[in-house]
Amino acid sequence: MADVEETLKRIEGHKGVIGTIIVNSEGLPIRTTLDNSTTSLYARLLRSFTTLARSAVRDVDPQNDLTFVRIRSKKQEILVAPENNYLLVVIQNPSE
Amino acid sequence: MEITYVYTKFRREFGRPGLFSDRAETVMVDIQPNPNLISNFVVKTPRDQATQACVDMCEHPVNTERFESTNCGVNHMEGAWPKDINPRDLEQTVRFKKKIEKEENYVNSLVHLGYVMDHCIRQNNTIDIYQEHFKEDTMEKVPELPTAKTMCVFRDPNKVKRTITGLSWHPDGGRKLAAAYCSLDFQKSPPDMSFDSYIWDLENPNYPEMALKPESPLVCLDYNPKDPHTLVGGSYSGQIAFWDTRRGSQPVEYSSLEHNHRDPVYKIIWLQSKTGTDAFSASTDGQILWWDVRKLSEPTERLVLDPSREGNLDRALGAISLEFEPTMPTKFMVGTEQGMVVSCNRKAKTPAEKIVCTYEGHHGPIYAIQRNPFFPKNFLTVGDWTARIWSEDIKESSIMWTKYQMSYLMDACWSPVRPSVFFTVKMEGVLDIWDLLFKQSEPTLSVKVSDKPLYSLRIQDNGQVLACGSHSGEAALLQISSGLSILQKNEKSLMAAMFERETKREKILEARQREIRLKERSRSEQSREDEAGREDGDDDPEELLAKVESDFYSLVETEMRKREKERRAAAPQEEEACDENETKDEAEDEGKNEEDKVKNEEDIGKTEAENEVKTEAESEVKIEAESEVKIEAENEVKIEEENEVKNEEENEEKNEAEDGQTE
Repeated sequence: MADVEETLKRIEGHKGVIGTIIVNSEGLPIRTTLDNSTTSLYARLLRSFTTLARSAVRDVDPQNDLTFVRIRSKKQEILVAPENNYLLVVIQNPSE
Repeated sequence: MEITYVYTKFRREFGRPGLFSDRAETVMVDIQPNPNLISNFVVKTPRDQATQACVDMCEHPVNTERFESTNCGVNHMEGAWPKDINPRDLEQTVRFKKKIEKEENYVNSLVHLGYVMDHCIRQNNTIDIYQEHFKEDTMEKVPELPTAKTMCVFRDPNKVKRTITGLSWHPDGGRKLAAAYCSLDFQKSPPDMSFDSYIWDLENPNYPEMALKPESPLVCLDYNPKDPHTLVGGSYSGQIAFWDTRRGSQPVEYSSLEHNHRDPVYKIIWLQSKTGTDAFSASTDGQILWWDVRKLSEPTERLVLDPSREGNLDRALGAISLEFEPTMPTKFMVGTEQGMVVSCNRKAKTPAEKIVCTYEGHHGPIYAIQRNPFFPKNFLTVGDWTARIWSEDIKESSIMWTKYQMSYLMDACWSPVRPSVFFTVKMEGVLDIWDLLFKQSEPTLSVKVSDKPLYSLRIQDNGQVLACGSHSGEAALLQISSGLSILQKNEKSLMAAMFERETKREKILEARQREIRLKERSRSEQSREDEAGREDGDDDPEELLAKVESDFYSLVETEMRKREKERRAAAPQEEEACDENETKDEAEDEGKNEEDKVKNEEDIGKTEAENEVKTEAESEVKIEAESEVKIEAENEVKIEEENEVKNEEENEEKNEAEDGQTE
C-alpha cells in the first residue's frame, strides 16, 4: 500500500504530468487526480483502445505482447502502461 | 508415437484353430503387356503436378442494399460497477475502491507499472523524441496538383427527378445548403412531380433536413445573410415566397398574384438594408421588382428593362440573372435573355435614368453574372458557350474571354478567397475551374461531376467547398484542393495588373475603332458634297465592281482574239475548230456582257462620275483593285499557259498531219 502511494506520488511529481488514472479491467477508474467526467472519458476510451492494441500485436505474433502505449497529440501525450488487470494512464505535456 | 488399434474378440467366437501348411508358390495369373495398345497412347513430357485435397472456393461479390443509419447520441452512465453497488451512492463506491486498493494483485501490478511509466516519463522529459530537427520558416510547398474531390451527393428523394435550379449556402458557416428544385422544361413537368425544395444538412446526406413546400416549384432561392433562419424564393409561377425555417415548411407569406412576375422568377437576391427585409427579383417578363418581405402583397418598386428607357413592357428584355454586391448597394446588374448585360442604378431620379448602360457581347442568354469580390469593377458573365470578363468602363466588349467551349455553360461564380479563380459548370456535366494567373486558355481543372447536365453552382464562403446541382436533382459537394482555395502571395497585385492591362488593350482598340469610323464618315461626307447629282450613295461599291469586271472581261476578250488569230494562222483542225467555236461563243457572250455593263454605266453615271468614283475611293479600293489586278494577272498567265498548250497541240497535230501526208 505504501509502495503504491510512493510510486504514484513519484510519477505525479514529474515535470509536465497533468494527471494520472488507474483503470481496472472493466474500465472503471479506481484512482484519479483529474475530475470525474474527464476521468471516466479517458478510462472508457483507453480501456478499449488498449485492448484493441493488444489484440493487434498478438494477432501479428502470438508470442508477442503489448508493453506500452503512447498516443502523442498536438497538445499532450497520453501514456498507458497495460497489465493483465489494470491500466496506469498518465497525461503528460511534453517539454517544449 | 505408435498407433495401435486393439481388436477384441471373445474366445468362444473363434472358430476352430487354423491348420497351416507350406505350399510351393504357383502362378495364378500372368498378364503380359500388349504392345498393340501403344498406338492408343501418346508419350507426354513428364510434368510435376501438385494436387491438394481442399475445398473448392469461388469468389462472388455481393452488394447489399444501402444500410440507412442515423446518428443519435446515447448517454452512457457509468457502467462496470458490480451489481451490488449503486453507482450513485458515494459511500459504496468509495468502499469498493478502497477494497480493490487493498488487494495484493493490485499492489504488485501497480508497482511494476509504476517503474515502466516512470521510465517513459523521464524519457519524455529528457529529450523530445519527436522534435523537429529541420524546421524552416517557409517550407517549400510541393506544388500539388489541383484536385476537386466529391465529398457527398444529395439526391432528390422524390421519384420524379427535377433539376436543381438554385442553390444557396447557409450564411452562418455554410453547414446547410438550400436547393431549389424545379423542372424548367417547357410544359414537360409530369403531373405527380413534387413541388418541394429542400434544405440539406451536410452532416446527414441521406435525408433533407427540411422541406420547403411552395405552391409552385421554386426556381431560385436565397438565404438572408443577416438572418439565417429566413429564406426567400422565386417560383415558376412568378410568385415570391418567404420562409422562416423556425416556423415550418409552409411559406410564411406569398406575394399576391396581381403584382408578381408573369414569368418564372429566375433570380432573387436579398438586399442590404437597415431593416434587413428587402429583396429584389428578376424574371423573363422584363421586370425587376423590389420587395419588402414583411409585406409581400405589393412590390415596393419596379423597373422595366426596356433598353429604350421608356418603360415599355412589350419591348423589355427578359432577365435571367441578377447581380448585387453588398459593397455597392445602389448599383446592380442584370443579365438578359438577349445576351445583354444591363447595368442599373437604383437611386436614379427618373426611371429612364435607372438603366445606366448596357454591355453586349453574348450570343445567348446570360445565365450568370457576378462581380469579382476583390475587384468590383470587373465582372464575370456566362452565356452561350463562353465565359467573359468585363470591365465596367469598357462597354464595347469584354476584356477577357474563354474559347468557345464544347457545350453550353450554365452557371459560374468567382472564388471568394482567390481573385483569379472562377468556376463554371457545363451542360455535359463538367465543372471547370479556371485560374487566370496560371492558364488563360484552358481551365486549370476539369472535373466530370455527373453524367447529367449541371445547372447551378454555388461556392461556400470559405472557398473550399462547392455545390453543383444537376439535371437529375443531385447536388454534389466537392472539396477543392488547398492550392486553389488559399490566397497566394502577390495574387491581388498580379490580378489587378492583369485586369488593368486587358482593360487598357480594349480601350486602345475602342479608340482605334472610333478613329476609323470617324475617318470613313468624314470621307463619305466629302464624297456626298462632290456628287451633287447622285441618286444613291450606295452605288459606289457596285459601280466599282462593275467597272472592274468590265476591265477584266475586256482583257479576256483581247486574249481570246489573239488566240483566234494564232489558230487561224495555223492549219485548222477539227478539235481546234470546235475550240474556236467555243471560244468564239464565249467571246460573244462576254462581248454582250460588256455591252450590258457599258449600258449600265451610261445609265447610272457618266465618265465624270467614274473619275470621281476613282479618285474618291482610291485608297480603299487600291487594295481591292490590287487583288483584282492580281486575279487578272493570274488569268492572263493561265490564258498564256492555255495558249502554250494549244500551240503544242497544234504542233503535234501539224506533225501528225505532216507525217500522215509524208506517209
